[in-house]
Amino acid sequence: MFSVRIHGRGGQGVVTAAELLSLAAFGGGSFAQAFPSFGSERMGAPVAAFCRIDQEPIRLREPIEEPDAVIVADATLVHQVALFEGLREHGLLLIASARTPQELGIAELGAGGGRVLQCVPARELALRHLGRPIPNVALLGAFAAQTGVIDLPALERAIDGRFAGAAAEGNRAAAAAAYSWLLEHSVGGAPPLASAGREGR
Amino acid sequence: MSAAADRSPQAERRDEGLRFYQTGTFAVGGRLLAEHQRTVQSQPRRPSSLTKGHRACQGCGEALGARYALDAALRAAGGRLIAANATGCLEVFSSPYPESSWQLPWIHSLFANAPAVASGIAAALRAKGREDVRVVGQGGDGGTVDIGLACLSGMFERHDDVLYICYDNQAYMNTGVQRSAATPPGARTATTEPLGGHPGNDFGQGKSAPLIALAHEIPYVATATVAELHDLEAKVARAMEIRGPRYLHLLVPCPLGWGSEPSETILIARLAKESGLFPVFEAIDGAIHAVAKIRRQVPVREYLRRQRRYAHLFADGGREDVIDRLQAAADRNIVRFGLLEGSAPLAGDLLGAPAPGELDDLSGAQAP
Amino acid sequence: MAEQIEASVAIATAVARCRPEVLCAYPITPQTHIVEALSRMVRAGDLAPCEMVNVESEYSACSVAIGASAAGARAYTATASQGLLYMAEALFNAAGLGLPIVMTVANRALGAPINIWNDHSDALAVRDCGFIQLYAADNQEAIDMHILAFRIAEQLSLPVMVCMDGYVLTHAIEPLELPSQEQVDSFLPPFAPRQILDPDEPMTIGAMVGPEAFTEVRYLAHLRQQEALDAIPALAQELSERTGRACGGLLSGYRTSDAALVVVAMGSVLGTLEVLIDEMRGEGLSVGALAIKTFRPFPRAEVAAALGGAARILVLERAIAIGAGGVLTDSVRWALGARQTPLHTVIAGLGGRPITRRSLRPVLEAAATGGLGELHFLDLRQDLVDRELARCRSSARPGPHAEAILREIGIVGAGPV
Repeated sequence: MFSVRIHGRGGQGVVTAAELLSLAAFGGGSFAQAFPSFGSERMGAPVAAFCRIDQEPIRLREPIEEPDAVIVADATLVHQVALFEGLREHGLLLIASARTPQELGIAELGAGGGRVLQCVPARELALRHLGRPIPNVALLGAFAAQTGVIDLPALERAIDGRFAGAAAEGNRAAAAAAYSWLLEHSVGGAPPLASAGREGR
Repeated sequence: MSAAADRSPQAERRDEGLRFYQTGTFAVGGRLLAEHQRTVQSQPRRPSSLTKGHRACQGCGEALGARYALDAALRAAGGRLIAANATGCLEVFSSPYPESSWQLPWIHSLFANAPAVASGIAAALRAKGREDVRVVGQGGDGGTVDIGLACLSGMFERHDDVLYICYDNQAYMNTGVQRSAATPPGARTATTEPLGGHPGNDFGQGKSAPLIALAHEIPYVATATVAELHDLEAKVARAMEIRGPRYLHLLVPCPLGWGSEPSETILIARLAKESGLFPVFEAIDGAIHAVAKIRRQVPVREYLRRQRRYAHLFADGGREDVIDRLQAAADRNIVRFGLLEGSAPLAGDLLGAPAPGELDDLSGAQAP
Repeated sequence: MAEQIEASVAIATAVARCRPEVLCAYPITPQTHIVEALSRMVRAGDLAPCEMVNVESEYSACSVAIGASAAGARAYTATASQGLLYMAEALFNAAGLGLPIVMTVANRALGAPINIWNDHSDALAVRDCGFIQLYAADNQEAIDMHILAFRIAEQLSLPVMVCMDGYVLTHAIEPLELPSQEQVDSFLPPFAPRQILDPDEPMTIGAMVGPEAFTEVRYLAHLRQQEALDAIPALAQELSERTGRACGGLLSGYRTSDAALVVVAMGSVLGTLEVLIDEMRGEGLSVGALAIKTFRPFPRAEVAAALGGAARILVLERAIAIGAGGVLTDSVRWALGARQTPLHTVIAGLGGRPITRRSLRPVLEAAATGGLGELHFLDLRQDLVDRELARCRSSARPGPHAEAILREIGIVGAGPV
């Protein structure tokens, strides 16, 4: 079991990101369960969404308490939300930001337990390729490159399943660009799928 | 509206300078009219949708009104009509199984939901492509004006294809004559006793369901009484020519609740109209286009004194102040609706706005 | 073949494949996604002939369904929580008239205090309204139960409520198999109503019934539900043969045959329970779970048989009978008859509080060894309760509990912060 928590603000496509992640995992032959944080969501308010990925059917319905990876769509959340909560040892924190973890002031926060802190300029890449600063899909491209939990072709198929026309094209380009960007700039230390699975089945 | 629909007997005779008025309980002479002008009720083969044997009180205006209205609707629908009925007198007295009086498919669900049940029937018929079958919803004033108003409003605004008929006897008669929002001021009910200086039901309360219906701008709204059979049947026939939500508000005297003689039901209904207390009108697409003129105006006391629910206004020195206020209310109706020959309804007044030209200009008016 | 799809959309698709003729609903979280999806299908012409009626209240939703069903149309609605209670009068009416309406309940708590999250208070509050009540343990089962529901409803001329946990199930996106149109058509024949408003054969429906016959009419409603105890497993089996998977039924056991402790539960907690039971079995603890899938009619004999080997029983309740304890507990005790099996009630997951393995494990362990009381509240913050009680004692006008408790807890953000 590989579990992911995605943070962002209402309107940044956080729930869509969890859905796309599950679609890509499903398309790649895995079982996946995505779900939003439940509640009345409002534009701009902090929201979270979740995704479990496994090679067997997923029966668990409890919240994800110890994610293998945390994806953050909005860097302004880093000091407002407990991003690292439950993030397991050697887990990945992937943040949409053109700055570094040091510049964001979170390098020390997540330093323990061999956790990997990775920034990716997802907003900028989305703006360039999609025309809108919605970082969610670019983040998934980076996530694919960093973890290998999903691969880029599966992500692209998921994008095509969820979007149409220019939105599909732009998102695919943003995902591919983030994927390439991360391969060049990775700080390394991605949690391999085989070693993940603290949640049990 | 087709030209044929406008050819009520009154209209045709008006053209000839001759009018028939119904007096007493007898429908104006079937024999004096051409075949097509005769009432449904005068036909030997009338449908009798609400047939004999029901348990209504003597002189029940509602039983009379329901049979008139539904028979006319049945004729207009070629016999293909379904009725949804709210809980109330009409429901209780008509369906003491195994002796149902209903000669058409009829369902009673709950007190407040008859308009929604009717909507559901209409939706089912539409889905099944059975638009030859028409739908009537019906209830008393409590089930319509009070507890059922939300369902009724929803049915109106969704433009569901239902004719809804309210049989207004101005109180909750089925439960023992308690006040409803249709109870007129001054009337005694079990919950508006004229005690402690109260005049009976208080002034300044209540609501007009026909005007509420009008505000929905539905295709057809009309009021009628059981005193004018030709008028009632003609309105039902016109309503049935239209698709969409239609509302008919029918005044039906209740001898039990009003304390009136069973033999005077028709007379009292006529006096309600002739005094101006109950304006009889017809509106198409949100605008009133016709009113039944007062033929021989009577003071409200002529109407009031025949009903024991108003007896306290006349006993022990009486309540002239209350009678005066009721007369003022009737006079206001006469002006608002243009009920006298030669007068017209006040433009715009019915929904609370003054006539054009009388509007205050609020822009900048509040500058200090 | 499975699709990765949001459960609400899958439910809507399953309902659409049942060819409903009249849909009516009023929006309430967390039922909305189901109705939105159905509305899109009707507007796009993908679901036809079908009328979608956007009503002004849940009361009207159920009433429109009553009218439509009585006029011979296959009718469907969906609601939750306050909406279910708002239609309470109409629920009893629909059942009393024997109209085979199918309704989804996206289970949600009841206020006050207002709460939009999952528990079973809503459906259990109307458990005696005369609807058959099915509780889905997961989304695949929820899909299959809807198809089953239309068949059961029309075969018995009784309305059916399919209960599925709000958010936890309705909002999950996961691989789900949708029965094909052909599969559904071969399982669900066109609606042949037992009673219909038809101008060709006028019928009076909804007459008053007095003391001379009311008992018999009610007894027949009870009898009809008893018939459902035979019909539901038979129809579930028939559907299973078409889909190749288990499709609902009265109940199902998970590792119960040799279990000393059996946990009885309804709804989505069963998945988490199964994972926990596997873990605990690995540690040598003899635990199993019994899923109640049909709560009305209550499968008394089947529950008694399924619990026959249990040394101890834990009833996991996602609702509370205030002033009494558990709702499901009463039925389980009734099923046990004279048997004196120790029985524990655990109230859990109220108003969306997650039910986790971490919290359940010590409770199950305590129950297995007899160390659990008769009534236990999972994850209850006793410290908060004690402070609030102390505060109330200190003031003549302490104000409401809800706001005071929230002040005590302080600001909590959405999700895990």
